[in-house]
Amino acid sequence: MSVDVLERPVAKKAQPAKIAVADCDIHPSPKSVEKEIYPFLEKRWQRHLETYGMIGRQGQQFGPAYPKGQPDASRRDAYPPNGGRPGSDLQFMREQHLDPNNVQLGILNPLRGGQALQNLDFAEAYCRAVNDWQIAEWTSKEPRLKASVVVPYEDGALSAREIERRAGDPNFAQVLLLSRTGEPIGQRRYWPIYEAAAEAGFPVAVHAFGYGGNAVTGSGWPTYYIEEMVGHAQCSQTGLTSMVMEGIFERFPKLKVILVEAGFAWLPSLAWRLDKLYMRMRDETPHLKRLPSEYIREHVWLTTQPMEEPEVREHLLDTIEWIGWDRLLFATDYPHWDFDDPAYALPVRVDAARRRQFFFENALKVYGLDK
Amino acid sequence: MSRHVVAPVRDLPPGSRKLVTVKGRPIAIFNIDGELFGILNRCPHQGGSLCEGRLIGLVESDQPGEYRFSRPNEILRCPWHGWEFDLRTGQSRCEPDRIQVKSYEVAVEQGQNVCEGPYVAETFPVSVEEDYVVVEV
Amino acid sequence: MSIIHPGAIDCDIHPAVPNLQALLPYMTDYWRDTVVQRGIDALESISYPVNAPITARPDWKPEKGRAGSDLERLRREALIPFGTSTAICNCLYGVHLLFSEDMALGYAQAVNDWIAKEWLDREPKLRASIVVPLQNPELAVEEIERLAADKRFVQVLVPVMGEMPLGKRIYWPIWAAAERHGLALCIHAGSSYRHSVTGIGWTSYYTEDYASNAQAFQAQVTSLICEGVFSKFPNLKVVLAESGFTWLPAHLWRLTKFWRGLRMEIPWVDRTPAEIARENIRLTLQPVDGPPSAGAFERLMEHMQSDELLLFSTDYPHWQFDGDEVLPPGLSSELARKIMVDNPRNTYSRLTETVT
Repeated sequence: MSVDVLERPVAKKAQPAKIAVADCDIHPSPKSVEKEIYPFLEKRWQRHLETYGMIGRQGQQFGPAYPKGQPDASRRDAYPPNGGRPGSDLQFMREQHLDPNNVQLGILNPLRGGQALQNLDFAEAYCRAVNDWQIAEWTSKEPRLKASVVVPYEDGALSAREIERRAGDPNFAQVLLLSRTGEPIGQRRYWPIYEAAAEAGFPVAVHAFGYGGNAVTGSGWPTYYIEEMVGHAQCSQTGLTSMVMEGIFERFPKLKVILVEAGFAWLPSLAWRLDKLYMRMRDETPHLKRLPSEYIREHVWLTTQPMEEPEVREHLLDTIEWIGWDRLLFATDYPHWDFDDPAYALPVRVDAARRRQFFFENALKVYGLDK
Repeated sequence: MSRHVVAPVRDLPPGSRKLVTVKGRPIAIFNIDGELFGILNRCPHQGGSLCEGRLIGLVESDQPGEYRFSRPNEILRCPWHGWEFDLRTGQSRCEPDRIQVKSYEVAVEQGQNVCEGPYVAETFPVSVEEDYVVVEV
Repeated sequence: MSIIHPGAIDCDIHPAVPNLQALLPYMTDYWRDTVVQRGIDALESISYPVNAPITARPDWKPEKGRAGSDLERLRREALIPFGTSTAICNCLYGVHLLFSEDMALGYAQAVNDWIAKEWLDREPKLRASIVVPLQNPELAVEEIERLAADKRFVQVLVPVMGEMPLGKRIYWPIWAAAERHGLALCIHAGSSYRHSVTGIGWTSYYTEDYASNAQAFQAQVTSLICEGVFSKFPNLKVVLAESGFTWLPAHLWRLTKFWRGLRMEIPWVDRTPAEIARENIRLTLQPVDGPPSAGAFERLMEHMQSDELLLFSTDYPHWQFDGDEVLPPGLSSELARKIMVDNPRNTYSRLTETVT
């Protein structure tokens, strides 16, 4: 039996009294690659795409390695009424999300940006096209939205070139990497990215997901999608470990890193562990001058979605205290299925000043938009 | 509690659903193969609009590797985070005793009875010739 | 150390194989011969570089030879100072590194017979884990069956990183054998290096390698619960050894949240993952990757939502704490007693059985 939605609920009206929200993780999609990406992609790469597809480090030609819990990993109610994928219609995004949730700043994170294609030349061309597309279809039409510089991150030099090309362009707020890199993300092949981003004044956002060719766990490939989902948090923990231990924050003192969609409640435990191990074996990493937790406290931010949900909700407030209220950036992940609604993100007893930090001010600061 | 007339039956054929508002409450009404169900249109988790969720079957298992699929279309999955709710009871599948969505009695009444009352039909006129969907709130 | 409780049960100590020669008497003729013919020197894993600070606490390190290889020192350094009544030996010799299933069985048998003879026979306070050739589940079961009658073996020992996540059904005959014989399953820090220790490739530094065990444990908790190991083997106790425990609450928050929406993928998981973990999973105390303050530690213990999860351990001779500061600040006397005595007793059914 096919069941159609007969009637949509009336969209929540924008209420000026509602707290201003910066949403640091919104996923835009092209209505169609041919219509929206091709204008920025050389003919040669259009033909390449049609002939060979997008070959990355996973076996499925059309879809994710682990089938998602819902189609397009999206909210069922996020399909635009005029057709197309969720997140592909700016007007509908305004009506369903930006206006009713009072989103005053939205950071676009395109996930199908060609970042991790095996063919590096193709990756570079596709990333550049996606960056142009973000301006043409999104940021030039909607001033609340800012784009991310997507880069072919498995090649540091090519990535640095793309970052330099976008430096100073107010359409862009940050550089975007995916967390599942081919090698630990702090290693030196990626340093040109950090150097260029720090130079351009872009924070580097690392969004959970991607395929780097390594099993998602240190013990091989799990069976279920839920395991892969949960596993991104572990990958981001090891990624942050790599960044700290390789000393990228010592080498690039202006660098800001934002970990996106990998949870945050694990951070205190990781920082305690790294501090302890560093003190035990500091002769192994003499390039570090400070405790791992100090680098993290100064250089790292985390987006909130998907918020961890303890059985006792107040427990999460302890964790946020340990991390620092100034380190978390609210995000919804719109239009994806694990969307966090700002109305439900924090327990009621959190005071207004902290709410403003959490939902808005921290983001303005990290992106340098508060001046 | 009062009984509210929310739609003529012909507006809710089998396989369809409708969002209505009764006493200020958004209520999603489903017609599953002729049987009517009503639940509050707000997921107890984060408020997802349940009338936009997919209807699936009941998935159960006695042991790993066994999948039992029954009661097709009687389980509603929230369009946001995929929490499942039993349309007959409002109970969630994940934690039935702790997490529920409010469910409402929905019935079909003949127009004759509806006209005589004591029913509340706020938004449209009713006629004796038709049957109506009635929700108890 | 006033809150140390008499009768402490130390759930993670590491007697070391001093050298491969020591195992030769416990090998069959064939495997003994290959040691010589093929020039096999040692099975030492890079998980514990022999001179790394983690591997041997400075004051527990002998001038010559491997830390933890001498019973007399172990008594003096690990048992007496903590009033230990029982200590469980986890021998970390690199059997899991081997690629030949048969060779792995040959070495596992030698390690197990060596530990029974050289340690358990000589010190009645000691218990041990059965080292199994995880490379072949059938052979692993065979080894459990061979030793199950010896009640001094209280658990089965596997490394946290191997070829596949441990919840996979291919391993179930091993978990079935463990449950059948009242043995716990101990998953211990360390890798067989079939994969990079992180989900994003091989690390530059040993510090990262060691740190990554905590993430590997998170992944195994996910695997064991999602695959339904505890639905199938409800009486199986799993002990996570030597990678901290402060990561557990946040991990269960995340896993439980996703489970609510993805439950239909794994319908045999019919309770919250957090509840299952609290029932079937235990963690050893050292290393304490704890917050610097006692107040925060108390909050964290609340986040654990159970005082039955932690099992006392010194991790001897690994360097996790100094002096006799084996318990973190902020533990009540009541909780210390649970960790040191009650929880281990409730985890290891064999500890309360008479050993003959």
